[in-house]
Amino acid sequence: MTQLPAKTERKLGLVIDLDTCVGCHACVISCKGWNTENYGAPLSDQDPYGANPRGTFLNRVHSYECTPADGAAQLIHFPKSCLHCEDAPCVTVCPTGASYKRVEDGIVLVNESDCIGCGLCAWSCPYGARELDRAEGVMKKCTLCIDRIYNENLPEEDRIPACVRTCPAGARHFGDFADPESNVSKLVAERGGMDLMPEQGTRPVNKYLPPRPKDRIDSDAAPALKPVAEEASGFFAWLDKALEKL
Amino acid sequence: MHPAPSVIIFTTFSGLGFGLLTFLGLGLPEVTGMTAFLLFAVAYLFAVGGLIASTFHLGHPERALKAFTQWRTSWLSREGWASVIALALMALYGAGLVFLGQRWVLLGYAGALMSLLTVFTTSMIYTQLKTIPRWHTALTPVRFLSFALAGGALLAGQVKTAILLLLVAGVVQVAHWMRGDGALAASGTTLASATGLGRIGDVRAFEPPHTGSNYLLEEFVHVVGRRHSQKLRVISILLMVAVPVALLMLPFNHLIAALAVLSHVLGVLVARWLFFAEAEHVVGLYYGKRHA
Amino acid sequence: MGYQQPVVDTSPKVSDEVRKTTCYMCACRCGINVHMKDGKVAYIEGNRDHPVNRGVLCAKGSSGIMQHNAPSRLRAPMKRVGPRGSGEFEEISWDEALEIATSWLKPLREKHPEKLAFFTGRDQSQSFTSFWAQNFGTPNYAAHGGFCSVNMAAAGIYTMGGAFWEFGQPDWDHTKLFMLFGVAEDHDSNPIKMGIGRIKARGAKVIGVNPIRSGYNAVADEWVGITPGTDGLFILSLIHVLMKSGRIDLDYLARYTNAPCLVNAAEGPEKGLLLRDGDGKPLVIDRTSGKPVPFDQPGVRPRLNATLERDGTTHRTVFHLMATRYLSEEFAPESVAERCGVPAERIRAIAAELARVAFDEAFELEREWTDFRGETHKSMIGRPVSFHAMRGISAHANGFQTCRALHVLQIILGTVEVPGGFRFKPPYPKPAEAHPRPHVGVTPGAPLDGPHLGFVHGPEDLALKEDGSPARIDKAFTWENPMSSHGLMHMVISNAHAGDPYRIDTLFMYMANMSWNSTMNTAGVMEMLTDRDPETGEYVIPRIIYSDAYSSEMVAYADLILPDTTYLERHDCISLLDRPICEADAAADAIRWPVVEPDRDVRGFQSVLVDLGARLGLPAFVNEDGSPKWRDYADYIVNHERKPGVGPLAGWRGKDGSKTGRGEVNPEQLDRYIENGGFFVAHIPEGADYYKPWNTAYQDWAVGMGLYDSPQPYLFQLYVEPMRRFQLAAEGHGTRQPPEHLRQRILDTMDPLPIWYETDQTGNEGFSINALTQRPMAMYHSWGTQNAWLRQLHGRNPLYVPTKIMREAGLKDGDWARVSSPHGSIVVPVMEMAALNENTVWTWNAIGKRKGAWALTPDAPEATKGFLLNHIIHELLPPKGDGLRWANSDPVTGQAAWFDLKVKIEKAAEPDERSECDPAFPPIKSPVGTGPKELRWKVGK
Ligand SMILES: Nc1nc2c(c(=O)[nH]1)N[C@H]1C(S)=C(S)[C@@H](COP(=O)(O)OP(=O)(O)OC[C@H]3O[C@@H](n4cnc5c(=O)[nH]c(N)nc54)[C@H](O)[C@@H]3O)O[C@H]1N2
Ligand SMILES: Nc1nc2c(c(=O)[nH]1)N[C@H]1C(S)=C(S)[C@@H](COP(=O)(O)OP(=O)(O)OC[C@H]3O[C@@H](n4cnc5c(=O)[nH]c(N)nc54)[C@H](O)[C@@H]3O)O[C@H]1N2
Ligand code: SF4
Ligand code: SF4
Ligand code: SF4
Ligand code: SF4
Ligand code: SF4
Ligand SMILES: [Mo]
Repeated sequence: MTQLPAKTERKLGLVIDLDTCVGCHACVISCKGWNTENYGAPLSDQDPYGANPRGTFLNRVHSYECTPADGAAQLIHFPKSCLHCEDAPCVTVCPTGASYKRVEDGIVLVNESDCIGCGLCAWSCPYGARELDRAEGVMKKCTLCIDRIYNENLPEEDRIPACVRTCPAGARHFGDFADPESNVSKLVAERGGMDLMPEQGTRPVNKYLPPRPKDRIDSDAAPALKPVAEEASGFFAWLDKALEKL
Repeated sequence: MHPAPSVIIFTTFSGLGFGLLTFLGLGLPEVTGMTAFLLFAVAYLFAVGGLIASTFHLGHPERALKAFTQWRTSWLSREGWASVIALALMALYGAGLVFLGQRWVLLGYAGALMSLLTVFTTSMIYTQLKTIPRWHTALTPVRFLSFALAGGALLAGQVKTAILLLLVAGVVQVAHWMRGDGALAASGTTLASATGLGRIGDVRAFEPPHTGSNYLLEEFVHVVGRRHSQKLRVISILLMVAVPVALLMLPFNHLIAALAVLSHVLGVLVARWLFFAEAEHVVGLYYGKRHA
Repeated sequence: MGYQQPVVDTSPKVSDEVRKTTCYMCACRCGINVHMKDGKVAYIEGNRDHPVNRGVLCAKGSSGIMQHNAPSRLRAPMKRVGPRGSGEFEEISWDEALEIATSWLKPLREKHPEKLAFFTGRDQSQSFTSFWAQNFGTPNYAAHGGFCSVNMAAAGIYTMGGAFWEFGQPDWDHTKLFMLFGVAEDHDSNPIKMGIGRIKARGAKVIGVNPIRSGYNAVADEWVGITPGTDGLFILSLIHVLMKSGRIDLDYLARYTNAPCLVNAAEGPEKGLLLRDGDGKPLVIDRTSGKPVPFDQPGVRPRLNATLERDGTTHRTVFHLMATRYLSEEFAPESVAERCGVPAERIRAIAAELARVAFDEAFELEREWTDFRGETHKSMIGRPVSFHAMRGISAHANGFQTCRALHVLQIILGTVEVPGGFRFKPPYPKPAEAHPRPHVGVTPGAPLDGPHLGFVHGPEDLALKEDGSPARIDKAFTWENPMSSHGLMHMVISNAHAGDPYRIDTLFMYMANMSWNSTMNTAGVMEMLTDRDPETGEYVIPRIIYSDAYSSEMVAYADLILPDTTYLERHDCISLLDRPICEADAAADAIRWPVVEPDRDVRGFQSVLVDLGARLGLPAFVNEDGSPKWRDYADYIVNHERKPGVGPLAGWRGKDGSKTGRGEVNPEQLDRYIENGGFFVAHIPEGADYYKPWNTAYQDWAVGMGLYDSPQPYLFQLYVEPMRRFQLAAEGHGTRQPPEHLRQRILDTMDPLPIWYETDQTGNEGFSINALTQRPMAMYHSWGTQNAWLRQLHGRNPLYVPTKIMREAGLKDGDWARVSSPHGSIVVPVMEMAALNENTVWTWNAIGKRKGAWALTPDAPEATKGFLLNHIIHELLPPKGDGLRWANSDPVTGQAAWFDLKVKIEKAAEPDERSECDPAFPPIKSPVGTGPKELRWKVGK
């Protein structure tokens, strides 16, 4: 089980558009809500009304400032959840087989009833995509909403992850990367989807679309506008002519 | 990394315990009867006690047996098997020594090998982690093994060997530190590669994703001040190597030997604390150094 | 051996039942599906059919379950037992609570109705609460608009019959360039995000004008990191460039705006007024006949640059005045660049880009429509440039004029109510004339003579008493702020405390945390609320009744608490009479209904008002025989009619529910709403959906819906004549005259064409750094903090400081800094930010909390490391030495000028031992205790 499948039939995952994410945290909270009520143990919170509130979340939104060599600093909101890596180290390190990668769709899951809560899988994940639930003592991670995407009790259009369904800006896309014609594959192709920490060799399934170039208006925009006249009187003369044409 | 006491205790004592078992398996010293019993008791106390301590940080220790299932891929699982085999072999071997006065040499060698293998598997749990560049090096198993052997020799009363091995362990430790300090930078993993944003310009963590804490921050993002860690490094080398070696140079007596062991164990504990506390997990990059 | 893996149940049952209602984690009013398990709320997601959010939900909305179950919920009515401000209360029964309230209010109504001041916060039932107040007979009613964004609303309505957000929205489907001014989040929360997402998906451009580059401005393709308070200048400069290059929509200006209207240029009492015919219709010169004719005459083609000599007086067009003003070098990019902090070339480039997209990317929709002059147009011309703006430009003391300038910019580009531009949502467009004027006619024992709030058109509409003193406690509609259409809730407590203009007896408030984050001068306000008259020993504000649902900071300052339900436990009505959920394509309204019953002794506040109204015998709340007219709010929503056939809800009217807009009462109306997901939508027919102010098809449709009583096409008011009337008074004309000290200010600020002026900087010497707040997208003012999930995201708030100031003040991340204004100082933690105007600092709004509030432990980070800028903002400007204290608000509308705050920053002297922000107010006693130590929230099995 903790061996990785040689190949998965499908490669389900997310595309996250960094050009569009406004950093609203909607995906964070809807993920928390869905996964508290669904797959496995609820995502607990410690000291929720006290001095050190903390809890388990499967998706978190960071933000970074990038300062180009010549230009204003930019701010990029950066959501991050499990990337369902093809070479998932979190699976192979797991001593109990609780962590596994599904052969049919490539989803990396934790079978909570087998998990001893040793934390090793979280140690091995470069992305911080796993959090040990302090109340339940088991490892929690993004399930890619496995209990939504195939759920026959949900209407067809809702069989997508909670975070994707809720994202107001439409910055999250769900699909099959094994299919070159899928929405996600096309987005990756068109917008230059990228891997996080490629040097870690995890081969993440989830891809990130880089922000588009910014602050180009001075160089790219329409040619500067030419005055129709320098003086008010000239302007009124122009006006008369312009009005004639209407 | 968060220096969890249970893990520090586990790695320190199980290392010493298996180190001692290695020497006992090799017949160094050749003991039988009560002496053997005492030495084996100490070895088992350390090795098994350490193993038990390691379950303290588990969320579900009652499911620990499940950890034996994944030996094909998991070093933690292999460690489980190795330790059980080592302990079983050495128990049989020890019983022969204690109760029958018999030394089954081949069994002893096998037990010694398995004991070292156990230490090796433990070290591989850390070594395999690409996410912690400081640990991801062949020096890590060398370090674990040299510590186990030095400690084992010390406990086994192998004065000359111990002096030598302690010095080796000291050198290995220093080498591990020296390499470790540049490991993250050398790993090629940076905030720029972590975010893919390096192409825009200089990347800096801005707001953390939450002002509250979480498992990742508590477990992985532990920052030790540089001056603090330098001090502790010196202390640990003094306690672990210098003091025991100096004591062992003195004419042997049991008090001195006990002091040497005590000093060594304390030194290893400090070194082990540093091993964890100084380890930078790459996930820390995502959080920048800007969390409180 | 094959690959083995556990079997996962991929089709678990999601819930027992889905109940659809309307979110109220903020005022955006999205539709939600509440999944129920075992009769409890299990999961909340967006309603895909809902016009506002189409299925998406923000972080707040998704965490509703944590608010609905928050330990901070009030549990029963309470009577104060300790001193005010202590938080010591005793729980009482509803009967006792309502009797107390009746015993306080009844005598007031009989003798001095104005001694009740009833102010509501971000209330979504203003048509009902104002109706109640009107029935009570007090002139002292308003909601929160005065401290929120009245500048934006009033400038929009006076200029074009509606502003942004609930008044209208960009044509997200067609727009190709979206320019956003001063918005961090806004109430159009999900729709803006959805819109930006759609624009981005098309690869179209967003320009963000904001000193801070976060959120929407972070994804904007172009960032204009403007110097706060200078947007008006920047916009007028864009107008300058566009006019000067002739890149403006002359046809649009001539047809649909008052640009061609003739303005009297002769000195005297008529100067600057529009030339009108006998029916009061503004006159334009027709291009064909060359004659002055009423603007709306069939076939008229108004001329933009006409001059008319009549009775020895020259009349020039509004457009002529605009050209004269805006072509001036005063507004050239080079003249404004430095003050705005935007390079001149960038201003020119933005103007060029606006023009390029508006004119060179213009397109046509093949939709025939007929305008109010009877002319039929074969198609609709699209100008795909759209704008949105909010408090960043409105919460300054020059905000009204700045918002006006922005509307004028949209109008000269011809992008309002056209495809690709900005579009109104019903019941807008609705010009200022179509709104009521303010009423203050008090008769003891009887209702007020009309609605409280409205739009003034000249000095005669001001709310003044015979002696010229303010009729309202908040001094709305006075010479200090003539166009204060939303009232001035932020001045109520200080005016009532000062007895200026008069004393009141009972302050009755609802849903506003007025001792904390919604007030300026927090410490001062807490004192005013607890101050006693030295002679009588009584509180200076004798009685305070407050309705809140949670244990907020304000609760401690009330004498009687009427605990409200959570939003999932009550009826609400989001009505076309008020602030509905319409879209540009449709009229829509919505309800909330109790998807769960309260498990505490609390009641929906509107139902409590219904009950109180009956106990007080208010005419609209009792039958002839004095018995209560409505059982509760639900009963009122269904059965009340404002005018025959028009009630709070527009859907499923008529006895059998077959009528829309107008129709008899339908007793089953609420059931129909619930079946439909809690909302109702009536689509605008194609061809009626653009050019609404001038489109006969739209006007007729609106009359049918009950939005108007008759078609009322109008012109956009580039020139706002009512403002000129106030200037005329200030020039000495007319009988109602401003006090001397205000004359000059009225002349200076009430210009009928947009201007920019620097806000009053007296007393700010040495305080030169702009200090702002922004709303976090995942927090709603003070009330997000009680939410266990959200407070992990924003549990404390650093002050974000630009790199340059960090260096200058020798600060590094996490240091404590002292931030001072002329009013006081705070000590707060700082954090560096690069993507920020270099002379601006900011923090998240309303994260800081008082110890003891919100059922948090007193050591909660919100109370130790969270802070408010409100502590150093005063409701009055620093003294000028003229013996007067001028209000920190816009001189036109009274809008609270939160963002005019100027500070200085230094490293705090005692950095090491500090662990808490300054000031640290003493804790208040929690009436509800504190929450549990751990949450493992899962309902059902
Ligand atoms: N520094 C600074 N200050 C500001 C602003 C700023 O930008 N900067 N913004 C200003 C603006 S625009 C506004 S609108 C104000 C907002 O300030 P407030 O109107 O005070 O907003 P809230 O903090 O949301 O407080 C509303 C109160 O309503 C209560 N409440 C919540 N839900 C319910 C309910 O269902 N029923 C009842 N009865 N009560 C409920 C909450 O518990 C809370 O006590 O803040 C203003 N203050
Ligand atoms: N999540 C969430 N949503 C909310 C609220 C909330 O508390 N939380 N509150 C609601 C309420 S009551 C309101 S009124 C709306 C307000 O919605 P917004 O208008 O978005 O309110 P603010 O967050 O105050 O944002 C003001 C923005 O203006 C910028 N700004 C300040 N001064 C200037 C200036 O001079 N020029 C320019 N161009 N920009 C400037 C600030 O940097 C900030 O980005 O949001 C509503 N929506
Ligand atoms: S919901 Fe969408 S826009 Fe919001 S933070 Fe998540 S990905 Fe970004
Ligand atoms: S992101 Fe982390 S947890 Fe997810 S598959 Fe990759 S390594 Fe495993
Ligand atoms: S924490 Fe659980 S899932 Fe992770 S490695 Fe340990 S047993 Fe496997
Ligand atoms: S896919 Fe599901 S589990 Fe994963 S982040 Fe999104 S909501 Fe959370
Ligand atoms: S924007 Fe969010 S909080 Fe506001 S109504 Fe919509 S879902 Fe609810
Ligand atoms: Mo507001």
